[in-house]
Amino acid sequence: MLYSVGKDSAVMLHLARKAFFPAKPPFPLLHVDTTWKFRAMYDLRDKAAAAAGMELIVHTNPDALAAGINPFDHGSRHTDLWKTEGLKQALKAGGYDAAFGGARRDEEKSRAKERIFSFRSASQGWDPKAQRPELWNLYNARIHRGESIRVFPLSNWTELDIWQYILDQGIEIVPLYFAAPRPTVERDGMLLMVDDDRFRLHPGEVPVERSIRFRTLGCYPLTGAVESEAATLPAVIQEMLLTTTSERQGRAIDHDQAASMEKKKREGYF
Amino acid sequence: MTAYTPDALISADIHAYLDGHARKSMLRFITCGSVDDGKSTLIGRLLYDSKTIFEDQLSQLEADSKRLGTQGENIDFALLVDGLAAEREQGITIDVAYRFFATETRKFIVADTPGHEQYTRNMVTGASTADLAVILIDARKGVLTQTRRHSFLAHLIGIRHIVLAVNKMDLVDHDQARFDAIVADYADFARGIGIEAFTAIPLSGLTGANVTSASPAMPWYGGPALLPHLESVPVAVDRAAAAPFRMPVQWVNRPDLDFRGFAGTIAAGRVAPGDSVRIVPSGKTTRVARIVSFDGNRELAEAGDAVTLVLADEVDCSRGDVIAAADSPPEAANQFEATIVWLADTDLVPGRGYRLKLGTHTVGATVQPPAHVVDVNTQAHLSAKTLSLNDIGVAEVYTDAPLVFAPYADSRELGGFILIDRETNATVAAGMIHHALRRAQNVHWQSVDITREAHARQKGQQPRLLWFTGLSGSGKSTIANLVERKLHALGRHSFLLDGDNIRHGLNRDLGFSDADRIENIRRVGEVAKLMTDAGLIVLTAFISPFRAERELVRGLLPAGEFVEIFVDTPLADAEARDVKGLYAKARAGEIAHFTGISSPYEAPVSPEIQIDTRRESAEAAAERIVEHVLGIWSFEL
Repeated sequence: MLYSVGKDSAVMLHLARKAFFPAKPPFPLLHVDTTWKFRAMYDLRDKAAAAAGMELIVHTNPDALAAGINPFDHGSRHTDLWKTEGLKQALKAGGYDAAFGGARRDEEKSRAKERIFSFRSASQGWDPKAQRPELWNLYNARIHRGESIRVFPLSNWTELDIWQYILDQGIEIVPLYFAAPRPTVERDGMLLMVDDDRFRLHPGEVPVERSIRFRTLGCYPLTGAVESEAATLPAVIQEMLLTTTSERQGRAIDHDQAASMEKKKREGYF
Repeated sequence: MTAYTPDALISADIHAYLDGHARKSMLRFITCGSVDDGKSTLIGRLLYDSKTIFEDQLSQLEADSKRLGTQGENIDFALLVDGLAAEREQGITIDVAYRFFATETRKFIVADTPGHEQYTRNMVTGASTADLAVILIDARKGVLTQTRRHSFLAHLIGIRHIVLAVNKMDLVDHDQARFDAIVADYADFARGIGIEAFTAIPLSGLTGANVTSASPAMPWYGGPALLPHLESVPVAVDRAAAAPFRMPVQWVNRPDLDFRGFAGTIAAGRVAPGDSVRIVPSGKTTRVARIVSFDGNRELAEAGDAVTLVLADEVDCSRGDVIAAADSPPEAANQFEATIVWLADTDLVPGRGYRLKLGTHTVGATVQPPAHVVDVNTQAHLSAKTLSLNDIGVAEVYTDAPLVFAPYADSRELGGFILIDRETNATVAAGMIHHALRRAQNVHWQSVDITREAHARQKGQQPRLLWFTGLSGSGKSTIANLVERKLHALGRHSFLLDGDNIRHGLNRDLGFSDADRIENIRRVGEVAKLMTDAGLIVLTAFISPFRAERELVRGLLPAGEFVEIFVDTPLADAEARDVKGLYAKARAGEIAHFTGISSPYEAPVSPEIQIDTRRESAEAAAERIVEHVLGIWSFEL
């Protein structure tokens, strides 16, 4: 199970624990790490895996590590090498025939047609023509050696469903989703959090403490925050519902072209 | 232009709002029609009017409308749904896309299947999970061939609620007479194909008339607008909960020796601790001891719930079995009549072995030549020998194990199945069971006192099927004869089936077309299986060119009994030997369908034994095979 420590991952892990109870889910958790996540994400990751009693596999792309790839110097190569390549390496190393992911169809226009069982060739490519028709709730999980399937159990959930379920079930999520005073700088119209001393301040830039929270979580130098006072789950949901911009605006990855997700998917990002 | 305007309850009482959201029912529906009918505009309008569109999406939409849209300065709602232009540029085809929106009382998932190509396949896929179909008609054009096609497919897949959305009423001056004429025309057709009821709504996706609320432009229409109608239609879950209890077992949950539970999603009915249940097909009865969940034991569970049941007795029960109400269990059978929708580019091969998945059960299955196919445009029955992409036919299906089922009309969960190609693993067809064949219900397995184990024990051996495959002239028969002689000398009981004793007798009615070759191998497989039941070591020497058929035979036997022996001789070598002069004739065009020349040979991927005849003599190969077979025995004994 691909576990990114975000709120969707938290829901997916919770569902798996319920589905297999009283047994433990019979698969490990896989975190494709970039070494640039928020510190609070690493804390919750280890805690959640321990609580579930599941094995946690952390993969960091050794090539990206050796090359010192970072979000300040390398722009989109950072995502390509750490995430896309890292994920491919990790899946290949594990020889997994299937991997769960937390993507939802309502997130983005190009995901609206994604299958729940998404078929990948032996080279981990996603070929739209090779996708299998999904009728009723009958999923065809048969593959040849080397091929694999990405499974998206949250496909038909909406963002509101996710939040409502987290509240209803009392699922623990990363505190960064809740507003708190945090050191920030404003850059290119985004509010970035200075999470550790690797953050490179521009000349004259001084971190300012602001009450912020995050709608999505990723690499901290690439993830925009919103100013907010919503410090509890109901307040966050309330603010989310009252706000007038959609969820993904805070993610730098989307500021490319409209079809960027589609391209990333073909390259193996999900 | 106003975008997302939130519900007042959100600011007033967020807890009450979320509580309400949790209790909303869900309706899944499909929209049928082409872009020309204004389908994307209508879906875009529903998303827009239900306040599902955020400000940044709206500003993107406004920009796109100016750049790409067809509505001048106005918003082109179609662009909200269509990512299609960008996708065409990239050569990506949409087949089924799912959109989400919610109102104050209900959540919706819309399956949208754009395009005309592959329409049957896509629409059937989208409709398989839908409770309702919105059939769009352009008011200017009336009932068209495609209207009939969409309605037929929606009805075929069992959708009970049909909405006839007569769109673009603004372009016919909101004329009641026009609307009435279209509805009368459609009613005639609908009755003819068995649609008992439908709801006709005059509307305009472009202006929003009768989409979310009654339009003053059509005061003569007294029915509901589209969205209020979608909010009030009863959903299927309520109906399923009232039926007798059925739960296909998905997984046996056995974390330790103290716990054994059966996990699955309840397909129909309700269950509570203490209920008497029957395991089908075995027929064993017991009671439900507990309904186990992460949040503690439950007092009740019903259709749609995913649960783990602990039973009162240690009964045999595994994945694919169905736990059912003891007093009204479902049927089990191995021969069915079904409607089959073909989804693959490669045609159905009647008689070939496919995998069939129904509920949680996957079995081997063959499909007979179709009784007829249906022309989706005219609904006429036509004769056909096979099924091709987008064909809909009625055919008999035989499975190699009994399948617990219900007619599709009663249960999508236990009546709908898919067929999977054994070779490519592609999903090639969707099927809907009508009923079991009478002969299947009446042919019960004769329970025998002398079991296959008893037969084998008496002979002091383990039965085996040594399946030699390879090109004509590769040396299959030569090696198989040597093996049999050695086995005989060692006191083993064996029998060799080859072209001479099969083709001249049992299979003399068969030729060499692909279909006949498949039937040839199927019969050989069945005969060989009976002989292994009798405890024999059976050797077969047939070209058996297709992997799917060899796998089918493998599937007939208990694991480990089928030994695939690939006699690997390159075509050039076999042709150079040409013992019987057949290659020369085939090259001269005197023999049609000759393997290696005019018909393919699919080499085994991982045979138990592979013999390279250029490197190994027939004698050495036979020795190795005997060793392999005896080695397995000594290991097992």
